[in-house]
Amino acid sequence: MKVALFVPCYVDQFYPKAAIATLELLEKLGCEVHYPKNQTCCGQPMANSGYEHLTSGCNSLFIDNFSGYDYIVCPSGSCTLHIKEHLHAHDNEDMATEIRKRVFELTEFLVDILKIDILDATFPYRVGLHQSCHGLRGLRISQMSELVAPAFSKPAQLLNLVRGLELVPLSRADDCCGFGGTFCVVEEAVSSKMGKDRVDDHIEHGAQYITSADLSCLMHLEGILRRQNSDVKVIHVAEILNNSI
Amino acid sequence: MSSTATKDHAELAAIFNRDEPRVDWHDETLWWVRAKRDIAAQKLPEWELLRETASQIKNNVLSNLSSYLEQFEANAIKNGAIVHWAANAEEHNQIIHKLLSERGINRMVKSKSMLTEECHLNEFLAQRGVDVIDSDLGERIVQLAGEPPSHIVLPCIHKKKEEIGDIFHEHLGSAKGESDPKILTETARQHLREVFLTRRAALTGVNFAIAETGEFVICTNEGNADMGAHLAEIHIASMGMEKIIPERKHLGVFLRLLTRSATGQPITTYSSHFAKPQDGKEVHIVIVDNGRSIQLGREDFRNSLKCIRCGACMNTCPVYRKSGGHSYHTAVAGPIGSILAPNLDMKKYADLPFASTLCGSCSNVCPVKIDIHDQLYKWRQVIVQAGYTPTAKTIAMKGMAFTLASPALYRAAGKMGRLTFKYAPFAVNNGANPWYKHREMPKAPEQSFGEWYAKRKEQKK
Repeated sequence: MKVALFVPCYVDQFYPKAAIATLELLEKLGCEVHYPKNQTCCGQPMANSGYEHLTSGCNSLFIDNFSGYDYIVCPSGSCTLHIKEHLHAHDNEDMATEIRKRVFELTEFLVDILKIDILDATFPYRVGLHQSCHGLRGLRISQMSELVAPAFSKPAQLLNLVRGLELVPLSRADDCCGFGGTFCVVEEAVSSKMGKDRVDDHIEHGAQYITSADLSCLMHLEGILRRQNSDVKVIHVAEILNNSI
Repeated sequence: MSSTATKDHAELAAIFNRDEPRVDWHDETLWWVRAKRDIAAQKLPEWELLRETASQIKNNVLSNLSSYLEQFEANAIKNGAIVHWAANAEEHNQIIHKLLSERGINRMVKSKSMLTEECHLNEFLAQRGVDVIDSDLGERIVQLAGEPPSHIVLPCIHKKKEEIGDIFHEHLGSAKGESDPKILTETARQHLREVFLTRRAALTGVNFAIAETGEFVICTNEGNADMGAHLAEIHIASMGMEKIIPERKHLGVFLRLLTRSATGQPITTYSSHFAKPQDGKEVHIVIVDNGRSIQLGREDFRNSLKCIRCGACMNTCPVYRKSGGHSYHTAVAGPIGSILAPNLDMKKYADLPFASTLCGSCSNVCPVKIDIHDQLYKWRQVIVQAGYTPTAKTIAMKGMAFTLASPALYRAAGKMGRLTFKYAPFAVNNGANPWYKHREMPKAPEQSFGEWYAKRKEQKK
């Protein structure tokens, strides 16, 4: 199985450990993983700011980098969703369509494609799971609380395979953290308040780590935790699933 | 409203956030309503089917609106009502003023109608010497406070009971410092009872207008629409033209959804049907367009007209809960308001589609399945294309798009960024950086993943 690793730009630059964990985890599970080296960004920062018309350069670069793989796997629900919903190319729409079908967020890939039900991983801590909205309501990697429908959570299902890990319950299991891309600076006051309230929920329930399938949310929550000099840390779900002591 | 006229959502939200305990109180109050909605919805196994059915009925209405409106008009006339058509807010206000002045009426009681807020009817009539009293308790409170409603279902949700006590003390003569909700409500009841008994004209909104029968339905918890309409000589019902449903049998779908979504109640206390005027009295229906036919023509945004004004999207919206309804500076606040308002004035409301994280909760609580967060995204594109964004932002976005389209430029910029973080943190950790105000910047690692991967590949050879 030929898998291309799609590493979001900010993960590449600021959180390489999460990308390394994703790569190692996929290799451990038997995938032949390639990292197309000329990848940059999915284009979401421009598109969500109202400048989708400026993303054609990113789109063609993405298609150049990610054509010809069985699957494209990304440790971010948000960037995956952007590709799934917005990757288009005037001169290469067939390939764009193909890529939109083959791109997967990491936890959905592990559950739906690799069908992982045992995992050699240990993480002896109390962990709060932050559901990123794009993974949750966009990709539906978990069931959202708004719907009257059976509950499930692909990231939680995987985390429950990890030895020693205890998932803590939360008062508001899927309230948005307030990152929101450029929202986090344009609407700084509301964004920070939303982040503070999410962090408080995890801390009140005794979490030692906050994890998520999206580092953009975690980057925002980490900024708040570090400003509070909190001992609680953020960690990408791939780093937990790849953790064997 | 003058103080808010020049400020955008972000600025108004920042002002609201200066009082953090108040933000917490506001957030928790609305979350409590959202939680009540969840409990009510969970009790109905057919909830998602109901939403889908309501959505499809409304899609049918929007696709056949002109014929349903004509059918409704014909049946309403048969029932003895008088139907007026208003192309815009100005015409709506003039029609109502004319109806009142022709009859020498200068005092009117009005139950909740967001349409009249949208049309600024109260101000229009006040300037012409007509006194309007809002009879919905929440609306009466904000009216006495000289404020617009901050929520379409819970107009005074931003006010604490102590503040309401002060307002009632000043205007209705309740005891100073009295904040017991029971006593305050009784004070309002006595005050409004006198109003109901003495007003010759009553204005109400319309929740549902049934094409098949020409009747209309008004939902209230206080019975105030009924009190006003039954006692007055003339009942004026203002309705947005999208309020149509085809047949009476469809009503059950909407009544089951409306209040469960709004407040978690199984049904409104009063769901009143109005068809024929009482002997010697008049019923007038004013059907208002005010931009709705333009919205109907916008393919990406037309289904915003499915809205039944339950307010569930506001209660669930974390941005609404933490910024308050007034920060949206429009009659209908929150997510639904942010996709309706740019249709009325794109320049004035250019900020609203950006007052969202696109979390998608709104679209999924919506009882008629409006794709609210997708429309917010689409409005952003329209607003940028129309040129209503700051030039600096456009320049920054062009630079970003140019850099990210080139792997070499991207690597250089990434490296430079990380070096800046590491060796010149003061360049980013300062007051000019909005991120840094309440959050630390991420720590810059020694190498990017791309650099690490290239080295690993080298070692593996």
